[in-house]
Amino acid sequence: MTRKPATREKLEAGLKRRRRKELAFQLVGMLATTVGIVFLGVFFADLLGKGSSAFVQTFVKLDVEFTEDVLAPGGELDLAYADFDGLVRDALREEFPNVSGRSERRDLYRLVSIAAGYQMRDMIIADPGLLGSTETIWVPASSTVDMFVKGNIDPALDEALRPLSDAQLAWISDLQSSGRLETQFNSALFNNGDSREPELAGIRGALMGSFYMLIITVMLAFPVGVAAAIYLEEFAPRSRWSDLIEVNINNLAAVPSIVFGLLGLAVFINWVGIPRSAPLVGGLVLSLLTLPVIIIASRAAIKAVPPSIREAALGLGASEMQVVFHHVMPLALPGMLTGAIIGMSRALGESAPLLMIGMVAFIVDVPGGFSDPATALPVQIYLWADSPERAFAERTSAAIIVLLAFLLLMNLAAVILRKRMERKW
Amino acid sequence: MQNTTLILILGAMAVAAFFIGRGRAVAVVGGPQHGTDLHSLPGYYGYFTAIWCLLPALAVMAIWAVLEPRVIVALIISGLSEAQRSLSPGELNLLVNNIQNLAAGDVVSGDLDVALSEASSRLSGYVVMSSRLLAVVSLVLAGLGGTIALRRIQPDFRARNRVEKIILVVLIAASSIAVFTTVGIVLSVLFEAIRFFQEVSLTEFLFGLNWSPQTAIRADQVGSSGSFGAVPLFTGTLLITGIAMLVAVPVGLMTAIYLAEYSSNRIRGIAKPLLEILAGIPTVVYGFFAALTVAPWVRRMGESFGFEVASESALAAGLVMGIMIIPLVSSLADDAINAVPSAMRDGALGLGSTRSETMTKVILPAALPGIVGGILLAVSRAIGETMIVVMAAGLAANLTANPFAAVTTVTVQIVTLLVGDQEFDSAKTLAAFALGLMLFVVTLILNVIGLNVVRKYREQYD
Repeated sequence: MTRKPATREKLEAGLKRRRRKELAFQLVGMLATTVGIVFLGVFFADLLGKGSSAFVQTFVKLDVEFTEDVLAPGGELDLAYADFDGLVRDALREEFPNVSGRSERRDLYRLVSIAAGYQMRDMIIADPGLLGSTETIWVPASSTVDMFVKGNIDPALDEALRPLSDAQLAWISDLQSSGRLETQFNSALFNNGDSREPELAGIRGALMGSFYMLIITVMLAFPVGVAAAIYLEEFAPRSRWSDLIEVNINNLAAVPSIVFGLLGLAVFINWVGIPRSAPLVGGLVLSLLTLPVIIIASRAAIKAVPPSIREAALGLGASEMQVVFHHVMPLALPGMLTGAIIGMSRALGESAPLLMIGMVAFIVDVPGGFSDPATALPVQIYLWADSPERAFAERTSAAIIVLLAFLLLMNLAAVILRKRMERKW
Repeated sequence: MQNTTLILILGAMAVAAFFIGRGRAVAVVGGPQHGTDLHSLPGYYGYFTAIWCLLPALAVMAIWAVLEPRVIVALIISGLSEAQRSLSPGELNLLVNNIQNLAAGDVVSGDLDVALSEASSRLSGYVVMSSRLLAVVSLVLAGLGGTIALRRIQPDFRARNRVEKIILVVLIAASSIAVFTTVGIVLSVLFEAIRFFQEVSLTEFLFGLNWSPQTAIRADQVGSSGSFGAVPLFTGTLLITGIAMLVAVPVGLMTAIYLAEYSSNRIRGIAKPLLEILAGIPTVVYGFFAALTVAPWVRRMGESFGFEVASESALAAGLVMGIMIIPLVSSLADDAINAVPSAMRDGALGLGSTRSETMTKVILPAALPGIVGGILLAVSRAIGETMIVVMAAGLAANLTANPFAAVTTVTVQIVTLLVGDQEFDSAKTLAAFALGLMLFVVTLILNVIGLNVVRKYREQYD
C-alpha cells in the first residue's frame, strides 16, 4: 500500500513532461505541414500580383491622317519608302500643338510604341483606300507609359531617377483627362511571337512550339509506353533481360532531365542531323523523358485488371494476344490515359533539356511546322525572366499564369478521367 | 510534304490490303459459310497481308531518311572542283551549307559565283530525284509484299500465329527502347567525355581547384588559359543540395508524420492535394520565383543582420529547391511509415506510450531504411535540378562553404557551356559532357541504391 502512491507520483510527474512533449511534437508537425501550404499561398499571391496586370495594356487614341505626301512621296504608294512612323508623329503633334523644340518632340514621340507604325502599315495593306482619309485609332503606348499607368513608376521620384520626364507625365495626364488614354485587353500577348519590345512581345510562338512538341511526344511516347508496359506485365518471362529492362525504366524515371538534353544534342542533332531548335528534336527528347512515366502508370493500370478476366477469356479459347488486346487493354485504358496526361503535363513544364538542343533562341516568327525554329513556353519564361525591363517581369508572370493554367487543365482532365472511368472490381 | 503524301498512300494501301486479304481468305474456303475451315479468323489473314504491305516499305523509308542527307552531301562534294574539295573540313562544311541555303532559297554568306549556283541546282535535282526514287521503291515494295502475302493465304495457313508473333516482336522492341535510351545516354556522354579527357587530364578535372573554361581562340590571347578543375562546382552543388536537404528533410518528414498520425481526414484531404500542386509546378517557375522574389528577400534579411549577401546567393536557390523537394520527401516518407505493420503501432500504444513516443521510438526506427532510401532519391533529384540554379545561382566558380556567397553548380555549367555556340573540337564544349558524365554516374548510383532500399524495405513487411 505504501508503494502505490510513490509509483503514481512518479508516473504523474513524468506524464506532464510526456504530454508536453507530445503537444510540442504535434505542433512541429502542424507547422511543417503549413510551411509547404504557406509557400504555395505566397507564391500564387506574388504571381497574380505581378502577372495579372500584363493581361491589359495601355493604349492611346490618335486621330491619324493618312496623308499622301508622307506615305506616297513619289505620288505612288510604295511600302518600302512610306514613312508610317511619320504619320504617328504627325498625329501626336496634332494632339499637342504647343510642343516645340527637337528634344521635347522626341520625348512626345516616345509616349507611343513603335508598334503604332506597324499598325498603320497593316491597315494600309489591308485597305489601300484609306490613303488620304483620317481615322481614329487606338495604338499601344510605350512600355514606360504602360508601367506608369499600372502604378509601377513613382511620380514623386526625382525627375532624373525615373524614366518619364515631368513634361511626359503632364502629357499623360492630359491624355487621360481627355479620355484618349486607357487600358484595354492585351491581345498582343496571345497573338504575337517574341519581341525585344515588351509591348509587342507575346507567347503565341512559344505556345505553338510547345504544342508541336507535345504532339510528337504523344504520338511516340504513348504507343511505345503502352506496348512496353503490356510486354513487361503480360508476356515478359522472368529473365535477366526483363530484370534489366525493369531496373532501367525505374532508373530512367529518376535521371536528371538535363542528361536527356545531352543525349538529344549528341544523338539527334550531331549524329542523325536533325536541325537545331526544331520542335521535332524537342519532341523526341521529351518522348524519351516521359516514356518511363507512361510505362510505370500503364503497368499499374494493367496490374489492376483482375486475373479472373484473363482466366475467363483464356478458358473460352482466346489466345494470349487476344486476351490482352480484347479484354485487358480496354479495361486498363483509362488508367493508361491518365498516366499519359500526367506524363504530358510533365513534358509541358520541362525546360532544362530544351536548353541543350538550341530551343533558347530569340525567335520572332510563330513556328508553322515540326522543323521550324521554335521555343517552348517554359523556355520563353526563362528567356523573359532574364530581361531587365520591368515590363518583361510582368509578362513573365503572365506567361507563368498561362502555363500553370494549362497544367491545371491537364491534371484536372486526368482526375476527371480517373473518377469517371474508375471501376470497382 | 512529299513524305506525308507517301505515308498516306501507304496507309491507304495497307487498309486495302487488309480487306483484300480478308476477302481472299473467305474466298479460298468458298464463302463465309465455310469460315470454320480456315485456321484463323478471316481478319487475321487481312492483318497479315496489311503488315507485309506496310512493314518493308516503312523500313525502306526509315533507312532512306537516315542515309539520304549523307549520300546527297557526298554527291555534291564529289561534284565540286578539285580546289574546293581540298578545303579544310570546316570550310567545306560552310560551302556545303551555303549550297544548301541557296537551294532552299535563303540568303547566302559570301559571294555568289557560278560554281555555287550550279552546285545548288544540282542539289535540288538530287533532292527531287531522291524523293521520286523513294516513292517508287517504297510503293513497289508495298505492292510486292502485299502480293506475296496474298499468295500464301491457304485454309491451313496459320495467320493468327504469324500476326501475333510480329506483334510480340513489336512489343519487345518497344520495351527495349528504355534500355537503348540508357545505352544512348551512356555512349553519347562517354564519347565526348573521352575526347575531353584527351585534352584535360582526369586528375586535373577531379581534383583541380580552379574552374574557368574559357579556352583561347588564338594562341597568343591573354587571360583565357582555360582551367578545368571541377572541385568548386562539386562543392557548390553540395552546398546548394545541403541547404535544400536541410529544408526538405525535416519539413517533409514532419509533414508525413503529421498527415499520417495526427490530422483529421478532412485536413489530410485538403493538405495532400495542395502539396501535390507544389510537386507539379514546373522548375522554371520555381527558378523565376527564386531569382525575383526570394533572392532579394534573402539579401535584405541578411543585410539587416549585417551579413554580406550576394544577390545570387546559394541560400536563395537552396531554400526554393528545398521547398520543391518537400512533396517528394513527404510522399516517400508517408509510404515508408504506412508500410510499418499496424501491430507494431498498436503494441506500443497499448503499452501506454504517447503517439509521439510510438512514432519516434517504434515506427520511425522501423521505417528508417525506407526513409533513407527516399532521402537518397531526393538528393539525386536536388543534384540534377537545373532550372532553379540556372536562374538563381551564380556563374562564378567560388570554392566556399558560405551560404550567402554566390556559387555555381555542375548543371549550371553544363547549361552555360552548351547554350550558344558549340564547338565540338574545343575542350570548353566537351567539358559539358564530362560534367554530364559525372552527373549521370552520381545520380545513377544514388538512384540504384535508393530504389533498391525502398523496394527491399517494402517487401520486408509485406
